[in-house]
Amino acid sequence: MATIILFAPLIGALICGFGWRLIGEKAGQVITTAMIFLAAALSWQIFLTFDGETQRIVIMRWIESGTMGSEWAIRLDRLTAIMLVVVNSVSALVHLYSFGYMAHDENWHEGEHYKARFFAYLSFFTFSMLMLVTSDNLVQMFFGWEGVGVASYLLIGFYYRKASANAAAMKAFIVNRVGDFGFALGIFALFYLTDSIRFDDVFAAAPALAETNLTFLWGEGNAANLIGVLLFIGAMGKSAQLFLHTWLPDAMEGPTPVSALIHAATMVTAGVFLVCRMSPVYEYAPQALAFITVLGALTAFVAATIGLVQNDIKRVIAYSTMSQLGYMFVAAGVGVYSVAMFHLFTHAFFKAMLFLGAGSVIHATHHEQDMRNYGGLRKKIPYTFAAMLIGTLAITGVGIPLTHYGFAGFLSKDAVIESAWVGSGFAFWLLVVAACFTSFYSWRLMFLTFFGESRANGHGHAAHGHGHDDHGHGHHEPHESPMVMLIPLGVLALGAIFSGMLWYKVFFGDETAVRNWFGMETAAHGEAEGDAGHGEVAAASTEGETILAEPAPTEAVPTEAVPPEAHAATEGHAAGVAPKGALVMLPFTPEEQAVVDTRLDADKAAKAEHAPTTMINAAHVVPTWVKVSPFIAMLIGFAVAWLFYIRDPSLPRRLAAQQRPLYLFLLNKWYFDELYDVIFVRPAKWLGGFLWKKGDGNVIDGSLNGVAMGIIPALTRLAGRAQSGYLFHYAFAMVLGIVILVTWMTLFGGAK
Amino acid sequence: MENQLLSIITFLPLVAALILALFMRGDDAAARAGAKWLALFTTSATFVISLFVLLRFDPSNTGFQFVEERTWILGLTYKMGVDGISILFVMLTTFLMPITIYSCWNVETRVKEYMIAFLVLETLMLGVFMALDLVLFYLFFEAGLIPMFLIIGIWGGKERIYAAFKFFLYTFLGSVLMLVAMIAMYFEAGTTDITKLLVHNFGSETFSILGIQVVGGLQTMLFLAFFASFAVKMPMWPVHTWLPDAHVQAPTAGSVVLAAILLKMGGYGFLRFSLPMFPVGSDVMAPLVLWMSAIAIVYTSLVALAQTDMKKLIAYSSVAHMGFVTMGIFAANQQGVDGAIFQMISHGFISGALFLCVGVIYDRMHTRDIDAYGGLVNRMPTYALVFMFFTMANVGLPGTSGFVGEFLTLMGIFQVNTWVAAVAATGVILSAAYALWLYRRVVFGDLIKEALRSITDMDRREKAIFAPLIAMTLILGVYPSLVTDIIGPSVTALVTDYQAALPADGTSLALNEGHSE
Repeated sequence: MATIILFAPLIGALICGFGWRLIGEKAGQVITTAMIFLAAALSWQIFLTFDGETQRIVIMRWIESGTMGSEWAIRLDRLTAIMLVVVNSVSALVHLYSFGYMAHDENWHEGEHYKARFFAYLSFFTFSMLMLVTSDNLVQMFFGWEGVGVASYLLIGFYYRKASANAAAMKAFIVNRVGDFGFALGIFALFYLTDSIRFDDVFAAAPALAETNLTFLWGEGNAANLIGVLLFIGAMGKSAQLFLHTWLPDAMEGPTPVSALIHAATMVTAGVFLVCRMSPVYEYAPQALAFITVLGALTAFVAATIGLVQNDIKRVIAYSTMSQLGYMFVAAGVGVYSVAMFHLFTHAFFKAMLFLGAGSVIHATHHEQDMRNYGGLRKKIPYTFAAMLIGTLAITGVGIPLTHYGFAGFLSKDAVIESAWVGSGFAFWLLVVAACFTSFYSWRLMFLTFFGESRANGHGHAAHGHGHDDHGHGHHEPHESPMVMLIPLGVLALGAIFSGMLWYKVFFGDETAVRNWFGMETAAHGEAEGDAGHGEVAAASTEGETILAEPAPTEAVPTEAVPPEAHAATEGHAAGVAPKGALVMLPFTPEEQAVVDTRLDADKAAKAEHAPTTMINAAHVVPTWVKVSPFIAMLIGFAVAWLFYIRDPSLPRRLAAQQRPLYLFLLNKWYFDELYDVIFVRPAKWLGGFLWKKGDGNVIDGSLNGVAMGIIPALTRLAGRAQSGYLFHYAFAMVLGIVILVTWMTLFGGAK
Repeated sequence: MENQLLSIITFLPLVAALILALFMRGDDAAARAGAKWLALFTTSATFVISLFVLLRFDPSNTGFQFVEERTWILGLTYKMGVDGISILFVMLTTFLMPITIYSCWNVETRVKEYMIAFLVLETLMLGVFMALDLVLFYLFFEAGLIPMFLIIGIWGGKERIYAAFKFFLYTFLGSVLMLVAMIAMYFEAGTTDITKLLVHNFGSETFSILGIQVVGGLQTMLFLAFFASFAVKMPMWPVHTWLPDAHVQAPTAGSVVLAAILLKMGGYGFLRFSLPMFPVGSDVMAPLVLWMSAIAIVYTSLVALAQTDMKKLIAYSSVAHMGFVTMGIFAANQQGVDGAIFQMISHGFISGALFLCVGVIYDRMHTRDIDAYGGLVNRMPTYALVFMFFTMANVGLPGTSGFVGEFLTLMGIFQVNTWVAAVAATGVILSAAYALWLYRRVVFGDLIKEALRSITDMDRREKAIFAPLIAMTLILGVYPSLVTDIIGPSVTALVTDYQAALPADGTSLALNEGHSE
């Protein structure tokens, strides 16, 4: 069944992409969509009936070299099942939605075919994404990883006549390659130390990695931490975390369904998935986790600040996505991978819906994306408004405080924030402030778009005046989208409302339920084993590390401290067994426990059913003010947005004028693009030109030709005088001479 | 027949060339067509026969197979054979030659001679990969220069004479040193038989000449002499500058052969001579070679970014990809060497196809200037698709053959030297930058240039040329075991012998240490 899920989208993509000339564009669209719906239905079946037992389905051999082996294979566990549902559901709905959205597109001339290509790309993307989430080794994951990168590149640059789209597509691919660079080095390091790239082997060797040192570049470090950071660099690229995020806003150049599918619900969450997938290794890499926490929190905060002032509706949602991804990484960073997956899961629904809703708005207003030219659309497009409202309630985290009733984002985001409090005060405060900003920009979007008076006759329409006649509507009156676009919105709205409440328990609500659901060892057993495990962590992460590091170099060649330990690791995994289940979440070490206890509400902890020895149990007994803080932050954000955009709409402009430097700083996205242009792009181009003209030209050719310089011109003159015809005859005679000599010797030299 | 199979493959093209030279008269349309058809037929037949060799080849046997040995008049031996390392280069050559011939169907000047040049070239290239005698190898290796020299010098572009001489001099000067080394080897070992030389222990005691300590002794000296020749052939930085000039001036088919096959001779040479015959010398020099490779990757990728000529850009990209090859070879472990061979095979398909891609539009517009194009996708959707495919393959996208080689070589080098691995891996980023930028400028955008308004998409013949290349790139990307199963055992033997030949305490200059299993 998993095999069908995996290949249905590929088959759809191939038929549609190459066969549409035979079967027609419409048939191509229908086939791809049908294939994805099939995959989605099967995914739900797996998701709902899955028993937690990890399965492995081998399809074919892949790269093999010496001890390195890898297969095209499917690993089916809870993590995969969750991702299958997310990817296929959103993809199916986006396919359906695209029937309506892509029906007329003024970027193309009359009679040009673009729909089949679009659907084929979408399906190809889905296939790559499925490869990524079902992979059973790191190389296949890398295949999916780069495959989604290419699909994203093709779809961002879908309007290939637009220079801005082409630039954005290239940027997305290249920035992602920077991340892939780290990811690949992480894979190499893992192979070097564990002699395998299959997840099972790697996971089994993870405890040994924590006690291994690896010499990498100028430093020597703990192998688990180093690998954790390298892999996370890959995740940073794909999931648009700070410093490698600049491509995501630009990626909005692609058609809106693409933004919903790739740049909100699925591809950008691949980084989170990677960290969760590698949880058995990360659990032994405390410093790498700390790094992830800090970077995730910073991303959540920075993206939220930028989102405050953007005017393009899609860019606001893009920064919102980036910010929410930061939340997920914080959850993973503090060690509650199930919560990271929970937020990933709910976020997929409400963020896809926000994008598709935004697409519906854009469709309704004839490809206007500037929110300053919207206003008062509530009555014109009521269904879209309702959907967007639900999405906004979900992302801002509306629910009944201190209960488990609320929109999807309420449950998952609060779970992240509560866990963050236990794990890192720094991350907690940044996330709470970001929650306030989230609420502000989300409501700002709603108010600017749907409330107030229509501003549609502003400058925007004058500039966009031409081309609108293609639509045949005659008037520029906004119109509600067709049913094929509204149905996906409705389905996603259900997810945005209920997905949090329905699955709260198994992602975060109850430790035992979580462990069962992810197929991990039961709590008692897990703790017993965990005690043994965290002894090692403690040794590796605290003062033991320096002690462990010392004796190693003496045994080996000075620059190569690794092999003895590497072999220890290798031998270790022969005996070691991969941990059961999709995730590993170890209990706190004694040191951690001491810190955690100070942060908890002592009364609650005493009364709690489970002792707060694990992150999930601890997060349940945080002080009440911590639990309500995101709700309060949300209310503040809402109130300010209301004040700014309903009560007194002149306030934002006055504030922007008053705080001009800050406003420009945010509007220009903290000047990351400009900075990168100065420190990377331009030097690279300059250096390329310099090396070419000076390096190749003057130095190499200059000196090497120096010897020949006297000869070449002379020969050239000679050749010029001899005429190319004569030259040919001379040389040709030479070849023939050699050839005949060899042949003659061969044939008549006599056999021995 | 069985035991002469290799000679038949090698000399069949030559026979056709002789027929063309001796019996084909006139220069009318019929004669031209006849020459092309004969060449196409011969090269195809050669490929079919070589398939027999491949089918009967036993990968688990790491020795030489299909060995032929005859005595020559001058007391020399004619000896041919293939093993797991060389057979795929033979296959690559026989596979690509019919495609190359078919790609020059539109050539109308000196067609007969053109075909002769390619046929002779094929014989010589095949000879290089099969020769098991030093003298024979040297003859094939050097003689191969001549037809290529002519192809560039006669059918090339405006600066063809300069480029042809530069090509000839660079590669020839390197080879002279190799010849000296070969003579020294003969006096040392008393034979020119490569199979015997492979098991001969060349001296590796440190000695000093003119007060300079030579670590690794004779082996290091011999290594350096061979290195001079192979490094130029590869080409390695900093002796790569002949390649961009040669490519730019060469006709399309010439570029294809140059990039796809001739460049592989250097890599093959390292694997056949340097690593197994001079392990100590190789080990002494390996850090240098690894750093030259890493520099090559970054340096030429950056230079590629600055190019305005499509062919030059792809030529620099070739040098970068060859950097991965030398890096993998001198990582001297299974993954590294497997990856290097894989990369060479894969690069044969991909770079050949990329030069053919340039050829397609050069035939139409007669310019290689990137700025002369833009928006081709509007008129040439099939071309855009093919070019995109090979651009992605060149960038090393997983699922194409380009990925496997890069991945394995990097994996190999990581075990030896993480610095080199990290520097080389930045090539992955830079290659994406230059390749996508080229693609964007040529194919994407609106078609606004007047000259391009009537450009036509690929015709049937052009599609037929690309089809097998696309198939191979995909098949090897998805099922690389086709290659690794064949080369695996021979590479294992090579690597094991190499590691065993190194002194246990490591040579004094060995900054790196192989991660032997």
